[in-house]
Amino acid sequence: MSNNIVESVPGVALAPSRYRNQISKYIVYRDKTCINCGKCVEVCTVGVHQQAGTSSFSRPEEHKCVGISCNACVDSCPQGALSVIINPMMEMLGDYRWTNDLILSTWYQAETGKVPTNGLEYSVGNSGGGFDRLKIKFPENPSIKLKNEEISTAIPLNRRNDSAHRVEIGLPVYGGGMSFGSVGLSTIIGKARAAKAWNTFTCTGEGGYHTTLYPYDDHVITQVATGLFGVREDTIKRVKIVEFKYAQGAKPGLGGHLLGDKNTPEVAVMREALPGSALFSPFPFHSVYSVEDHKKHVDWIKAMNPKALVSVKVSTPTDVDMVAIGSYYAEAHIIHIDGSYGGTGAAPNIAKKNIAMPIEYAIPKVHNFLKAEGVRDKITLIASGGIRTAQDAAKAIALGADGVVIGTAEMVALECVRCANCESGRGCPRGIATTDKELTHHFDSDWSSQRLTNLLSSWHTQLVDILKKLGMRSIQELVGRHDCLEYEGVKIG
Amino acid sequence: MPEKYHINITPTLPRFTPVGKVSAIERDGCLGCAKCAKKSCVYDVYKNRSFDSKQLTDTIDYLCKNCFRCVQECKGRLFSRAINPEYKRLGDSYWKPDIIATTWYQAETGKIPVSGAGYLGPFTGHGFDSMWTDMSEIVRPTRDGIHGREYISTSIDLGRKLVSLEFDTQGHLVSSPPPTINIPMPIIFNILPFGKINKNMRLAMAKAANKLDIPMLIEAEEYFDELSPYNKILMPQFSAKTFETQKKLLTGARLAEFIYEENIMEYIAQAKKINSSLIASVRLKLDKNAADISQKLIQDGVEIIHLYADYQGNEHDAAQPRFIKDMVRDIHRQLVAKSIRDEVTIIVSGGIGLAEHLAKVILCGADGAAVDLILPIALECRVCKRCTKGLSCPVEMEKIDVAWASRRIINLMGAWHSQLIEVMGAMGIREARRLRGETGRAMFLEDLERDFVNAIMCK
Ligand code: SF4
Ligand code: SF4
Ligand code: SF4
Ligand code: SF4
Repeated sequence: MSNNIVESVPGVALAPSRYRNQISKYIVYRDKTCINCGKCVEVCTVGVHQQAGTSSFSRPEEHKCVGISCNACVDSCPQGALSVIINPMMEMLGDYRWTNDLILSTWYQAETGKVPTNGLEYSVGNSGGGFDRLKIKFPENPSIKLKNEEISTAIPLNRRNDSAHRVEIGLPVYGGGMSFGSVGLSTIIGKARAAKAWNTFTCTGEGGYHTTLYPYDDHVITQVATGLFGVREDTIKRVKIVEFKYAQGAKPGLGGHLLGDKNTPEVAVMREALPGSALFSPFPFHSVYSVEDHKKHVDWIKAMNPKALVSVKVSTPTDVDMVAIGSYYAEAHIIHIDGSYGGTGAAPNIAKKNIAMPIEYAIPKVHNFLKAEGVRDKITLIASGGIRTAQDAAKAIALGADGVVIGTAEMVALECVRCANCESGRGCPRGIATTDKELTHHFDSDWSSQRLTNLLSSWHTQLVDILKKLGMRSIQELVGRHDCLEYEGVKIG
Repeated sequence: MPEKYHINITPTLPRFTPVGKVSAIERDGCLGCAKCAKKSCVYDVYKNRSFDSKQLTDTIDYLCKNCFRCVQECKGRLFSRAINPEYKRLGDSYWKPDIIATTWYQAETGKIPVSGAGYLGPFTGHGFDSMWTDMSEIVRPTRDGIHGREYISTSIDLGRKLVSLEFDTQGHLVSSPPPTINIPMPIIFNILPFGKINKNMRLAMAKAANKLDIPMLIEAEEYFDELSPYNKILMPQFSAKTFETQKKLLTGARLAEFIYEENIMEYIAQAKKINSSLIASVRLKLDKNAADISQKLIQDGVEIIHLYADYQGNEHDAAQPRFIKDMVRDIHRQLVAKSIRDEVTIIVSGGIGLAEHLAKVILCGADGAAVDLILPIALECRVCKRCTKGLSCPVEMEKIDVAWASRRIINLMGAWHSQLIEVMGAMGIREARRLRGETGRAMFLEDLERDFVNAIMCK
């Protein structure tokens, strides 16, 4: 029996870049000596060169080019008219964690729904630590040979097996909290639709519950954060999962902050606040100073919505293991740990870089501790804060998580370039992390939901492939399988 | 509760266009489109750009925020972006371009640098980059009962502390505590590690230190009369050579520093004869002997030890130099083991370039830090070191205005102060005094790595 909830891969469809010029890793030049012989068209296996009629060429589709390692067209051109070089712009795109390869390959997956075949590195970045120094160890021959259809990527979220909803999600991945205000509606709705397609979840963040989300109620996690913006009895009752946000990995120990510019009249209505004013959510919850206080919170939710699953989102202090066990005893269903290198719409640089520990260190610490306490199989452990790729997700699970939450990967799928300007002025110039009227018109939710569905689709393919090579029928078998990992230690360079 | 310390910020523009990270490349061949991509730049970069004739640069390199929209929208595909080679050349292997650029920003605005997206740097790095600071969560947010940032105090005391108090039979205190000076922020201004420091820079630093109410070191022989309004915060530094000729500066000084040598205590004794309430600091090189000498100095009754690493935070005279954070940790631990750490104030310097370095070096065991190179950087220094070779300074340091420069320094310190409060707030620590040596509130790469390997090795 397969408990794979996703019976067929939800509608993958081409969702090309919304910009006329694609950013490509390579630049292909054709000079004037070209005689239109068509040789390059013939030799190129990925279709970079296209003749426009008999006497001219359209511009090479550089973003398909696999680069210097191929050079087939250059080598076969009788005129020596072609050259392929690395685009110097690559220096300005990407960073240590999200290398330009990872950004471009995420775009590729969001566009096509497929695993990249154009030579881009789509699994690891160049941070010199964590996931980038962990490898999945595959046996030479898996113990059992499985067909793709026999492999399940679904996970249950209620492991207490109490009277709350028995929620199962089709992929061990769901979308992170992004409030209306920090991102625009096209992003929010796109996330919800992709979540529905893959039978998983998206999260409102702390900005309240937008009415356009109502059709997706069963795929929405509503968040209760310290600011309590937009939290109403109705919003708690609508959903299957309620998340308490105690802290956020990118700015642990600090509160949330929505800049005045982003608090448009529409945002303000939902947050029950004054438009244009900067909105702060304090740190910590001033009503929670102990596990007992925390339990009061959980009980409060359960009183309103007895069937709701309760998730507790925390960051990663040194004693994150104690925090996790505390949440278990407060009767949470999900403990969601958010590591220090996660994304954010706005945070002090000093916090993003320095406060709390990277998620890679936190997962095995929490997993082992919960196991030693004998409660590991009674709570769902979700990890986030730097999960960029399908491989990262698999590694996080092998380290001990049940599933992961993604945020930046979704932004990148919507063509975020990691320029980090989301906080300034009108918000994201590319229309993603903003509610600015003019900027949000850059894309609609059809496009965004297709891009996100495509990305999840490619991840699904990759996860199934990983499990197949490991000879595992279910992603649940991979949880905490440290023996499947090889660690090379940090590289400081 | 101590009186609230507030640093007044005054946005202060740079004199020169700062070196930008981006190199904006634009090819010829404009098609003259009606809806030009240049017009949709959210930051009006193309509208505001100008040619800086002094530096022969196009200000676009500094203004562009690298969102790639014009690159992707231009019909003629005319635009491209690359990294500005001049930006890459800023500073050196330790004082990296990012440190310099963020310091310029803080000196201009006085604000905490804030941005979107996650952390863009590597997983870990050398020196200060191989540690993280902790935070409080559910199970212990009450550690210090944080109810608001305004209750966090960053002040520390300079001077010697009594190990215990003695009372007479009536319960009256008989021991008299030695003099101490309370400074509102754990920072003093150091002597600069290199460069020609001119009168105006000196005056600006003193003016800023005075406003901030923190001490500023000055070589005694460099003192000049225009500095007299700031005597209260000046901390003259003496060497064996300058002591005799300059000792008149001791009268009225609250603090003085003596460069270490073997008979240093004799000079200090002489100094105290001239000024009995003087608090003396000994400037001691961070090398392999530093721990043992510190121990001896404490036994001799020294009040402050100023341990200085080289300007990149490395140990002196060592083939495999250790980094300041590790050395400070070792010395702190050694002194704690001897139960004498609390008697003395330890100030450290060398390589303190970001607010996080300040917090981290205190976590490692210093009471406070002395900052140096960061001050000229606040005044637009590019750490090109041309001045050390007698060449002209690209930012005309010789022409700075005192009021402008002191505002920039105050802005920078204001931004650091806010950041120190941010990390302390996250940790749930309410007093900078209690941050010192609190390694339980820090995470070190080597420990995390060890735990990680152990955790994934055991079955
Ligand atoms: S192979 Fe060379 S000459 Fe022939 S069409 Fe291609 S570029 Fe032109
Ligand atoms: S502002 Fe830049 S980093 Fe932020 S979402 Fe937009 S493209 Fe991404
Ligand atoms: S890259 Fe973005 S910020 Fe820079 S000039 Fe072009 S549109 Fe403006
Ligand atoms: S910019 Fe160069 S020359 Fe000027 S003070 Fe700094 S290091 Fe010296």
